[in-house]
Amino acid sequence: MKTAILGASKGMGRALARVRAERGDDLVLLGRDVEELERSAADLRVRSRGAVTVIACDLDAPDGFPAVIEALFAGGARLDNLVITAAHFGTQDELEADPVRARRLLTANLANTIELCERARVALLAQGGGTLCVFSSVAGDRGRKPVGLYGASKAGLSHYLEALDHKWRAAGLITICVKPGFVKTGMTAGLKPPPFAGEPDAVARQVSDALERGTPLLYAPSIWRWVMLVIRHLPRFVMRRISF
Amino acid sequence: MPLPALRSISAWGLFALPGRERHSESLEAASATAELSRGLGRSYGDSSLPATPESELLCTTLADRILAFDDSSGLLTGEAGLALHEIHRLLMPRGWFAPVTPGTQFVTLGGMVASDIHGKNHHKAGCFGDHVTSLRMRLASGEVVNCGPDERAELFWATVGGMGLTGHILEVTFRMVRIPSPWIYQESRRVPDIESFIAGLKESGPDWPMTMGWIDCVSGGASLGRGILMRGRWAEPAEAPARFPAMPPRLTMPFFFPSWALNPLSVRAFNILYYWKHLAREKRGVVSPWGFFYPLDAIHLWNRMYGRRGFTQYQCVLPEEAGQGAARRFLELLVKLGGASFLCVIKDCGAEGRGLLSFPKPGISIALDLPLRDWTQRVVNELNAFVIAEGGRIYLTKDTLTLPEDFAKMEPRLAAFDAARRQFDPERRLRSHQSERLLEPAPKEMP
Repeated sequence: MKTAILGASKGMGRALARVRAERGDDLVLLGRDVEELERSAADLRVRSRGAVTVIACDLDAPDGFPAVIEALFAGGARLDNLVITAAHFGTQDELEADPVRARRLLTANLANTIELCERARVALLAQGGGTLCVFSSVAGDRGRKPVGLYGASKAGLSHYLEALDHKWRAAGLITICVKPGFVKTGMTAGLKPPPFAGEPDAVARQVSDALERGTPLLYAPSIWRWVMLVIRHLPRFVMRRISF
Repeated sequence: MPLPALRSISAWGLFALPGRERHSESLEAASATAELSRGLGRSYGDSSLPATPESELLCTTLADRILAFDDSSGLLTGEAGLALHEIHRLLMPRGWFAPVTPGTQFVTLGGMVASDIHGKNHHKAGCFGDHVTSLRMRLASGEVVNCGPDERAELFWATVGGMGLTGHILEVTFRMVRIPSPWIYQESRRVPDIESFIAGLKESGPDWPMTMGWIDCVSGGASLGRGILMRGRWAEPAEAPARFPAMPPRLTMPFFFPSWALNPLSVRAFNILYYWKHLAREKRGVVSPWGFFYPLDAIHLWNRMYGRRGFTQYQCVLPEEAGQGAARRFLELLVKLGGASFLCVIKDCGAEGRGLLSFPKPGISIALDLPLRDWTQRVVNELNAFVIAEGGRIYLTKDTLTLPEDFAKMEPRLAAFDAARRQFDPERRLRSHQSERLLEPAPKEMP
């Protein structure tokens, strides 16, 4: 199998790349910083006999997407899985204080991510199908005080991914929307871990299984499915009072 | 970069201090404002704890990549936060093992260098630093440099065993060793007293790459220093099982033991049981490397056994010059002080480590756990007085309570280490709670 991961050198992307490497996948690492990607490639080559290559791809620069897609499928190469873990993160307080940063986050997490998915959709369908697995977030499930803007970008993304799956699964394009709860990575470092915080390795194994099964919606760790079920049904007067 | 939140930071002994801890995958960038790097927090005392509540520490565990591994020479380069258990998980099935390992594999490469750790093979293999060929470091000035035994050797040997005080360790290159199989051939036997123990260690040294022992430290008199002596070597393929030894499932200590659970009676019962559990006088056979090297790793968070108040470890080396009787007198003092411990470990050390502050030197090393109670400071002071008189020293990685004047008396190399710190960190930007406690104010130059 061949799996490409955007955001492969850090956090969830790194953990997932390692899980797939140990399964023997050929890997394509996508990210902004090629030097960092090369260091991660070295790590993965010790862990796997599969081929590991790197391609520069910046979620802030959608003009580069056509070249990325072309490189991924160059010479008629087949790609089984494209996983997008990359995104910007900011707390509500940080983003309210910095509208430019907020715009950059909304653009990258929503518009640019969707554009990349759209281009990948065409290429994956052209080769007869494949899996597109995108990291959204539980933050998109309900408008909550600490992650309103970030959550808005993820709510839009989840919505798009659901529709994509409904429309194209029959044609062979499997879409997986991953909604991680709190996972202890560099992105969340400095935040106080809530109950049910997940370890990246365990979440990566769940995501890897979802790639095998084609699970359209994955909460990870699984308990967040039930946590979010409750939160989605909390009345507004409660949501206004709690800080969560 | 926003400042990390103020929180309580502790290491393995659970002694906690307020401070700030940054987590990052990019050590080079994130170490800009940090006073100290720390890894998995397996040192016992305050060597990885913040000097003040304003101190910012850099936790390295997210920087955990293998950057290079040469399958013919065993040379491995890893980021400082790479953990030993991950190295073993990946490379033991391919016939490689760390050249030196401490009693837990939940340690990072950076920590192994900073503590210049030693293990059951110290009498043959020396310390971890002896197998390191190169370090990449970020100095207090912000400069990023490489160092090793042949390049910036002064910086290198000040950093090996230097408790993280000479710069932030970013990457470590060292040589793994080939093993014939992943299993251990072990012989263990009950030993009736301390003299036979030391004789047993000495006699086993030349032929056995790994030796150590556990001593019952509550029984006095004729049985003083009785225990179980263990020696081992890597099993040959012909005598070892063909399968890879499964890492045992880790049980988690689900809660803190109440502090009364640890009392003279329970400690006594444990020590006697442990001794007589070894029913046969002598046992031999092939055993799992996990149980051999890392018996305590089987219980996740076993440190909770000592209760919320935590514990410290007292580890000292009594030099060869002190003579055979020193270990006996040490144990007699320990029994008299009543500072009995569940686990008391004895090991003979080989040559002195080359790091400026490396712990081992030729002699007998004794390590024991001490719960942190009202009496612990007094016991540590008395043990230190004894160790000073015998010309020995303590292991900084385990220490929580040693007084600065006592440490200065044990450590003739302190002035040299201080000079190195002045050279590589003239503004003293790098510090830990331990360095503030033991190394400041800077000791006077030796004449």
